[in-house]
Amino acid sequence: MTMNSQGRSTAPADATTISDIHTISGSRGLLQREDLIFETGCVNKTGVDLPKPKGTKSRLGGVMRKRSTELPGLSEPETVRHYVRLSQKNYAIDLGLFPLGSCTMKHNPRLNEKVARMPGFSDIHPLQPQATVQGALELIDQLATWLKTLTGMPAVAMSPKAGAHGEFCGMMAIRGALMARGEIETRTRVLVPASAHGTNPATAVQCGFKVDEIKADKRGRVDMEDFKAKLEDSSDIAGIMLTNPNTCGLFETDICEIAELIHEAGGYFYCDGANFNAIVGRVRPGDLGIDAMHINLHKTFSTPHGGGGPGAGPTVLSEALADYAPVPFVVKDEDVYSLVEETEGEGEEAFGRLCAFHGQMGMFTRALAYMLSHGADGLKQAAEDAVLNANYIQTRLKTVMSPAFDGYCMHEALFSDAFTGGDIDTLDISKALIDEGYHPMTMYFPLVVHGAMLIEPTETESKAELDRFCDALTGIAERAAQGDESLKGAPYLAPMRRLDETQAARKPVLRWTPPEPESMAAE
Amino acid sequence: MRYLPLTPEDRKSMLQTIGAKSVDDFYADVPEAARLGGKVEGLPDHQGELAAERHMAALAGKNRTASEGRFFVGCGAYKHHVPASVDHIIQRSEFLTTYTPYQPEIAQGTLQTLFEFQSQVAALTAMDVANASMYDGSTACAEAALMACRVTRRKRVVLSGGLHPHYAAATRTVCEAQGIEVVQLPPAVDDELALKDAVTDKTACVIGQSPNVFGTVTDLSPVSEAAHADGALLVSVFTETVSLGMVTPPGEMGADIAVGEGQSIGNALNFGGPYVGLFATNQKHVRSMPGRLCGETVDADGQRGFVLTLSTREQHIRRDKATSNICTNAGLCTLAFTAHMTLLGDKGLTQLAELNHEAACALADALEGVDGVEILTPRFFNEFAFRVPGNAEAVLAQLDELGVIGGVRASRLFPGKKMDDVIITCATECTTEDDIKAYADALREVL
Repeated sequence: MTMNSQGRSTAPADATTISDIHTISGSRGLLQREDLIFETGCVNKTGVDLPKPKGTKSRLGGVMRKRSTELPGLSEPETVRHYVRLSQKNYAIDLGLFPLGSCTMKHNPRLNEKVARMPGFSDIHPLQPQATVQGALELIDQLATWLKTLTGMPAVAMSPKAGAHGEFCGMMAIRGALMARGEIETRTRVLVPASAHGTNPATAVQCGFKVDEIKADKRGRVDMEDFKAKLEDSSDIAGIMLTNPNTCGLFETDICEIAELIHEAGGYFYCDGANFNAIVGRVRPGDLGIDAMHINLHKTFSTPHGGGGPGAGPTVLSEALADYAPVPFVVKDEDVYSLVEETEGEGEEAFGRLCAFHGQMGMFTRALAYMLSHGADGLKQAAEDAVLNANYIQTRLKTVMSPAFDGYCMHEALFSDAFTGGDIDTLDISKALIDEGYHPMTMYFPLVVHGAMLIEPTETESKAELDRFCDALTGIAERAAQGDESLKGAPYLAPMRRLDETQAARKPVLRWTPPEPESMAAE
Repeated sequence: MRYLPLTPEDRKSMLQTIGAKSVDDFYADVPEAARLGGKVEGLPDHQGELAAERHMAALAGKNRTASEGRFFVGCGAYKHHVPASVDHIIQRSEFLTTYTPYQPEIAQGTLQTLFEFQSQVAALTAMDVANASMYDGSTACAEAALMACRVTRRKRVVLSGGLHPHYAAATRTVCEAQGIEVVQLPPAVDDELALKDAVTDKTACVIGQSPNVFGTVTDLSPVSEAAHADGALLVSVFTETVSLGMVTPPGEMGADIAVGEGQSIGNALNFGGPYVGLFATNQKHVRSMPGRLCGETVDADGQRGFVLTLSTREQHIRRDKATSNICTNAGLCTLAFTAHMTLLGDKGLTQLAELNHEAACALADALEGVDGVEILTPRFFNEFAFRVPGNAEAVLAQLDELGVIGGVRASRLFPGKKMDDVIITCATECTTEDDIKAYADALREVL
């Protein structure tokens, strides 16, 4: 037994349980209570030392701010401590397995962070002369070459800022092609499977199309009968948006036939590339007959998710759509790279511009470093390991949970809530995983499976880590099958208990406001 | 391969557990014709960290950074000093490697940060509420146009002649797809107020910018009055957030929606992205907003906490009836913004704004002293347009040879609009007196 210098035992004296302990500070050991900056900072404090302004005569012409921003400031030590304390209330990949299906939470290599911060990439302006940014343009061109080669597609638009933005880019290219054919008024219907990400139907509508939902069959794939029926009158078909591998974690077995039929019907094939990570190096989407596909650099190519962004969604395009890519794009003439920022003339084919400047350079640098590190061999191995890990989880859990479909999965394993007893549901199982030290899986998605639980381990987990996770989930699943009511209170061990989302939505408080003075509050 | 933990033995034993012969079994659903036999051809194999870093460093080395030499480029992206602690904070694993905070019990770090971000943006813009960010200023502008059409049930938007042309183009792209008419007023250094004559009872919104792309600051109050009289909204745009420390903010001009680029606070130039789009509006329009919102609530023990809220507006719930298709936003860039803004506080922001303004005034004074130069921007914050005798592109190229990156030629942003002799230039707190003198001397030599 360890003794301190006064000879007292350091062993705990009793066995008080966690819930009995209430602290005066509100902190709990390493987990610090942390108020809002608006409660701790003050308007007269600042954490920067700037030179004193000289008092030059203003050239604002009186267009001046009337009221102070009242923004609180904090010194540097207080600021750092504030955010470090907050950070400790977050789960993260660097802490443990983060099995969010469809989100691809894989390790973010730190080399990529280092290279993105090289001043030659981070400290260059999007509008400085092109002769001074040849390395940046070359990088965009190299990344484009990797993306085109891996997908087997002839063109890529690099400027989309996220997956949904890439979907918008691809669907706008389809729109451009239909316009060139003089059929934009008539071809307005886009087929979208019921299992699709919500961004797909939202994007189709944003591009001016109507959504027509296709059913899933019993195998979790596109119901070919339903699909063919939708094509019977194909005069208004603009195209299909299909995720492959799909959101059930399955390869669409009939994808080549789907491509043929949609093309015969006069439509285009948009493939949602959110799950490209399962097939990189094994399948080139271009060989499947697709016309457009976005690639989430923050999924397949591991740029960090950052708590919800930034992402990047370069979009590869087929010959049929290549001319309808947005500006800007990089061209190479001899050894000189240049950006085409405007298309000339009235009959321009590009649909225009998606955003200011040239895309998510900070993500491009990270993604290219990731690709160079992996190489063609490593990318293929990564895809195979991701699929192997998912199948391992599916196998280990299939006796205690309910696999949604028979057979092998791709990079993610999907279960329904059929195995649960009583009124225990997917949410309870997810929250119980938090107590076990894991981030929950994706819940209630895809919509085609009841109480869906979508588990994507990624290739950057070891077998030992997968085993620990499966052990934990097995224990929870057994309790759920027995209808263990205590699951409904989980999590018990997180920084917070379950939060009241209904209250948040009913009377939204979306910003800090100063508390009412006590005298008024008392009235 | 250093990023892959599975050993060959692990793979073998896992395949055994699964009952598969090889990983090929998992890919059996892939149509025969689409299966690749070996690797994808035409790409190199894996390489070590050193080799990959060298490759990247070689590319980085071919670019000239804004910190080398005299640098005066603005127009929507700005060279500012970012405190060292900001980058330290955003590299915390718990922020960098986490997801959208869908599980609030283990995401209070991100959620509280977003709540603080929303509060800061609302205060800066003098609006009631802000969302948890958009991709960047230009896409925020496009989303504002769509929102105005939803709110007013009208289908016409009017863009000022001083709106950043990339913002105008991004807005046109999304509007035209939805059959929304976009009226573009002719480019003008100082005519944001022309918007008031363009409003009719068919107009959903007018979109004006202050400071505008030529640097001109304008009190848009007369525009909001005219818009409101016809039942239209005012969307007020800014690309330089630092200006809000001094210049009249959207909320003080009667704006209904304020959108802007937040890059200046906490974020590097990054050759154009990732940046952070700011989006704010008034209380009555909250439920028409695009993007994520973070709200306050309590947990089962009654403790204050934060959650994503009002998600019935969003694509993952509403699908084809969502207010926007946006999913990923600018998470980590919002953290950088919030941390930097916390370091500044009102005091630091005001001082930073004054320093920027004074640098630009000193630059204008110096350039005005060069024969042939005519300053075009009548009222400015930290950037302005000026006319040179001759061709701006040639002048900038010659300045470049003398070590001065002098700004953006207006013809790059407005091709074919007869602005070949106009340069838009910018100064910030990073601009020194020496830089300004060097610019004026070089310009004198060139002209």
